[in-house]
Amino acid sequence: MKTDTVLNFPKPEIGPEMTGADAVVDCLVREGVEVLFAYPGGASMEMHQSLTRNDKIRTILPRHEQGGSFAAEGYARATGKAGVCMATSGPGATNLVTAIADAYMDSTPLVAITGQVYQKFIGKSAFQETDFFGMTLPIVKHSYLVLNVEDLPRIINEAIHLATSGRPGPVVVDIPKDIQQEKFRPIYPQKTEILSDQGLPQATDEQLNEVLDLLSKAKKPMLYVGGGIISANAEQELKAFAERGDIFVASTLMGVGCFPETHPLSLKWFGMHGTVAGNYAVHESDLLFAFGVRFDDRITGEVTKFAPNATIVHVDIDRSEHNKNKIVDFPIHSDIKYALGRLNELMERSAHKAPDRTPWKDKVLGWKKKYPFKYEESKFILPQQAIRTLYEETKGEAIITTGVGQHQMWAAQYYDFAHSRSFISSLGLGSMGYGYPSAIGAKVACPDRQVIDIDGDGSFLMNVQELATAKIEKIGAKAMVLNNQHLGMVVQWEDRFYQSVRGHTILGDKDNIGSPENMGGIYPDFVKIAEGFGVPARRVVRKEDLREAIQEMLAEEGPFLLDVIVPYTEHVLPMIPAGKTVDEMIIE
Amino acid sequence: MRHTISVLVENKFGVLARIAGLFSGRGFNIDTLNVAPTHVETLSRLTVVVKGNDSTLDQLIRQLERLVNVIEVKDFREGQAVDRELVLLKISADGNNRSEVMQICDIFRARIINVSSADVVIEITGDEGKINAFLRLVEPFGVIEMARTGKLAMVR
Repeated sequence: MKTDTVLNFPKPEIGPEMTGADAVVDCLVREGVEVLFAYPGGASMEMHQSLTRNDKIRTILPRHEQGGSFAAEGYARATGKAGVCMATSGPGATNLVTAIADAYMDSTPLVAITGQVYQKFIGKSAFQETDFFGMTLPIVKHSYLVLNVEDLPRIINEAIHLATSGRPGPVVVDIPKDIQQEKFRPIYPQKTEILSDQGLPQATDEQLNEVLDLLSKAKKPMLYVGGGIISANAEQELKAFAERGDIFVASTLMGVGCFPETHPLSLKWFGMHGTVAGNYAVHESDLLFAFGVRFDDRITGEVTKFAPNATIVHVDIDRSEHNKNKIVDFPIHSDIKYALGRLNELMERSAHKAPDRTPWKDKVLGWKKKYPFKYEESKFILPQQAIRTLYEETKGEAIITTGVGQHQMWAAQYYDFAHSRSFISSLGLGSMGYGYPSAIGAKVACPDRQVIDIDGDGSFLMNVQELATAKIEKIGAKAMVLNNQHLGMVVQWEDRFYQSVRGHTILGDKDNIGSPENMGGIYPDFVKIAEGFGVPARRVVRKEDLREAIQEMLAEEGPFLLDVIVPYTEHVLPMIPAGKTVDEMIIE
Repeated sequence: MRHTISVLVENKFGVLARIAGLFSGRGFNIDTLNVAPTHVETLSRLTVVVKGNDSTLDQLIRQLERLVNVIEVKDFREGQAVDRELVLLKISADGNNRSEVMQICDIFRARIINVSSADVVIEITGDEGKINAFLRLVEPFGVIEMARTGKLAMVR
């Protein structure tokens, strides 16, 4: 309890008189916010007026609030900084809900600022009024409804701090219009004071020595690492630990790139559609280091049979993740960067040497060699081939975003990520339409890198309007649409579990389904759509044109849409059906 | 198993909704709930009595601790804390049976705080066992209205 702590407040800084709206902008600048994705409306236009008088924040107008909020997420995922989006009250705010839920699931630092109706209208069913504070309670890390203009500087400071610190997450700040209009002299907080903030938790040496003791005895140790590594910027510590301990690494999809997938110890990622080697190795391991992960059902399958022979050490910054889905032997509450760094120091001090684990290593490398991701060549362009070609043409250095579905899994399978923050995808919530807006956000954050949305035709259409944002704002985000005219992942499940009955999974005319063999049926015409938006685009059908088409896309400075026509018949493999175990993995 | 959960929170609007939401989102029905300020002006204490399996509740408590406005959470299993509840109840009592009601009140150290020709209002505090025993005895007279604070608890 901290109630008796005497706090020494430094002398506060008092600003000149300004409106609440000016103070919001001023405070965002003070927090280092450089980009804002904001769609105006009656209850937020005061803040937009203030933004016109400020040249330190780049305000990007999305064409739908959902696009703006996904772009803010993409920006946050690419940088680790807070992504900030803004919308008006009512429908503007409700359009942010999906991204807020998404950020909550994927621990993304998102700050959503919303206008609210005048306080005198709150609770009166006023025009464009919703209880946004109440509506978002279960999907935020924290939220504020600003009732006093004097609170604004503290609230903006806390919102950015909370979104980005500890386990990151979304924070909502709802600001009534009268607060935005009210004049006052802001008092800027000198430091963030959050009563319940205990600082970063740290594992004890006793705990860590026990971990090392387990490691020195283990014959089949494995590292199962996730988004927590990236949030904590612990990639270097992880690499040192894996190398020194001589431990294979399999990541979650959230953790993709936190350990270079090109490293000899990498088994890429595991789970439902992950590598066979990763799944087998985790399943057979006798010691499992679960670092910055949450035992999601897409990773574990039937959780009681997950890693059945392993002693599990679970290090997480969030105590509520311990023993949530899987009861573990050693739950350790710690910042993962500290824990890994300290483990490395303790190994150094004790001159830890990895024991000879040749039989285990041979076995794992055997799996890795025997079961790479693979597909049968076809006379048509296959989605897997398109991704692999993109990988080659970008030398693995691009930032890839995705929508949700088959293309998302293939993107993660056939692109090898050597860096973290390079695979940006809606993984926990699985929000279709995430790909292109998040690519816009990532490109704004990293203008010198290639940013490509690998998308499906279903997902891409969900936020197709953001082509306008990219064009008008001159944001060179590319989209490579793997167009199979179907909702491919649902089709795959229909094929596997529902006797191929098509339950509204065909996106064009079902009596004239488009395909590489029936180009007349292709619907819609993405090239024409892009043309309408003033975005250069190209359709590619023939295999021999693929590489050159990708080169054309990559050579373009601004946005570009590449419509790749592929058959719908491919399935994402391997696959561990939901709720099943590694033993029931479908490999081919 | 029944748990008494004591939650120290910042005294701000919305805190109760966040906490209640964590319970309702998992289908827990709250048996009793009390919220009031503490000796520190900026802090309030919530006391929640809830039934649920231990591991789910354990998870829920950790998720409570994660809330930004929550300072501290204590989970009192039965017997670990002293607890009290205050009950106000209005029961039918006219000239014929009023003295009988007063006798029962005396035995339980309950107080009659209002009398009219047809009913009395009684105040009683105690732990769950005492309150339940008292309620069983006065029920036959006819309970017209009842208001309870819900359980309050403090570690021994």
